[in-house]
Amino acid sequence: MVNQENIAVKAKQLTRKFGDFIATKELTLEVKKGEIFGFLGANGAGKTTAMRMLCGLLKPSSGEATVAGFDVYKEAEKIKKNIGYMSQKFSLYEDLKVTENISLFGGIYGLNRKEIKLKTQNIIEDLNLHSVANKLVRAIPLGWKQKLAFAVAQVHDPKIIFLDEPTGGVDPLTRRQFWNEIYASADRGLTIFVTTHYMDEAEYCHRVSIMVDGEVKALGTPRELKNQYQVNSMDDVFTELARGTSTK
Amino acid sequence: MLKGLIIKEFRHILRDPKTLLILFGMPLLQLLLFGFALSTEIKNAPIAILDHAKDAQSYALQSKIFSSGYFRQQEKLKNEKQIAQSFEGGKVKLVLVIPPKFAEQLANGNHVEIQVIVDASDINTGITLQNYAQSIIQNFQQQIHPTSKPFMQIVPKVRMMFNPELKSVYAFVPGVSALVLILISAMLTSVTIAREKELGTMEVISISPLRTQHIILGKVLPYLLLSMINAAFIILVGIWVLGMPMNGNVLILLLECLLYVLVALAFGVLISVKANTQQEAMFISLLSMMLPTIILSGFIFPVESMPWGLQQISKIIPASYFIEAIKSIMIKGGGFDLIWKPTLVLAFMATLLIILSIKQLKTRTN
Repeated sequence: MVNQENIAVKAKQLTRKFGDFIATKELTLEVKKGEIFGFLGANGAGKTTAMRMLCGLLKPSSGEATVAGFDVYKEAEKIKKNIGYMSQKFSLYEDLKVTENISLFGGIYGLNRKEIKLKTQNIIEDLNLHSVANKLVRAIPLGWKQKLAFAVAQVHDPKIIFLDEPTGGVDPLTRRQFWNEIYASADRGLTIFVTTHYMDEAEYCHRVSIMVDGEVKALGTPRELKNQYQVNSMDDVFTELARGTSTK
Repeated sequence: MLKGLIIKEFRHILRDPKTLLILFGMPLLQLLLFGFALSTEIKNAPIAILDHAKDAQSYALQSKIFSSGYFRQQEKLKNEKQIAQSFEGGKVKLVLVIPPKFAEQLANGNHVEIQVIVDASDINTGITLQNYAQSIIQNFQQQIHPTSKPFMQIVPKVRMMFNPELKSVYAFVPGVSALVLILISAMLTSVTIAREKELGTMEVISISPLRTQHIILGKVLPYLLLSMINAAFIILVGIWVLGMPMNGNVLILLLECLLYVLVALAFGVLISVKANTQQEAMFISLLSMMLPTIILSGFIFPVESMPWGLQQISKIIPASYFIEAIKSIMIKGGGFDLIWKPTLVLAFMATLLIILSIKQLKTRTN
């Protein structure tokens, strides 16, 4: 019996249709607190639709889901306050300074001036951004932007953070460094829900699910999945699953 | 929350030279372009006068003509033969022939004929000059005989209400205001929202706890303020630089501007719901705002002479009502008694579009 207190994301037969097209079909999964959950799938497999439902952006057609203990139908506003979000575009305002981005998002999430000041100091300190604090985001290197976006997505101390392909277009070394940040946050108790295309990244996750054509076809730890499919890497697991559907 | 959004929006605007240029450069450029380059008004046209009378009244008439600013004396003619010569040389655009014993005839109340001969090779200029001359002569007549009947046979009496001097500024200042305000307000708002979609920041904003109303207000309020500054600026340039009259109430004028700007801003939000890229937003704004405003609002082409179908389209163009109201206030000094109809239509359009744009943004998530 899993303690409900320890569940960050819970979905049961969560479904979303667009007309006749079923984008997400009966999604059922649980993500524990402090877990790094990899949400994998090819483009168009329904990842984005599922994620939008969990973030309170899109109403499900049927099924149930709670995020941070709040219902996706009735308590979308509360969910929004308790989650962070970052996409591969890094989602910062390029024409605002580093500090201005922090205070903008702090303000959006309802932090007061004192809290914003403190947060700004902490982020600059933690990420060692002193030299660029007053520069426009446009002018700082990609790796720094990514780290900053990750920090800004946590400015309101969310319980869960959704990362939508957060490492797209970044070199392997920077990616590795970014994953260190992710581990550090997870160690502090933050739940990470991450989508990615990179199968080496899937290996870093505590557990993963693989979505094919709107349905979760595999769910478990990377080791479990590799055993199940008798392969050596997550890349092969993914290929196996993809092949399975194309021959159908 | 909203305060932060508004500050952010101002930073976007102030740090983007392109936006600033569109915002403040375009109105001035258009105003001056329409004011001077594309003006249908003619100044200092070269003319000649053949004065057979050479008496006090004929001199008075001449001085009136030359002090108008529309004409300058190119030649003094001595006889009828020289008229043709002046025209052939292209030296003059118009010749005025004052008959003998002009003052005496006038004093006796007799019928006097003044010939106005116009170079009609450039038909538009010719007609305009003829109208100028006619107006001045009529005006002159009214000065000496305030109650007398018209004494000219050569030209039909033309009465030009509110614009006796045919100033084109009367038509284009309201027109350019309408054009610039709708373009700035609608295009810039739709483009900035589209830009946030392109950059992915819109997604982050919509995942945040901010409500739709806040997101829209955060976009619309800064542009509302800037558009109102623009409106005031255009009107002031119109009055001070281009000589537009201001006979009505400034507050009513600003209210009309506010309503019109709201219509445009709501349009911009609506466009941005459909447009996913800045280019798309720009294209839709230009096509759906600029062309109809220029062509169908009565700004350049009179609505009365359009075919029935186009007249109907003109009735749903906000600029038609804005131009009507602005002209009425500035030129006729009209209050709400004269402009209640366009005001109501604009208020109705603004309310409708704002409700529609909020609804559209909301339904996107369902």
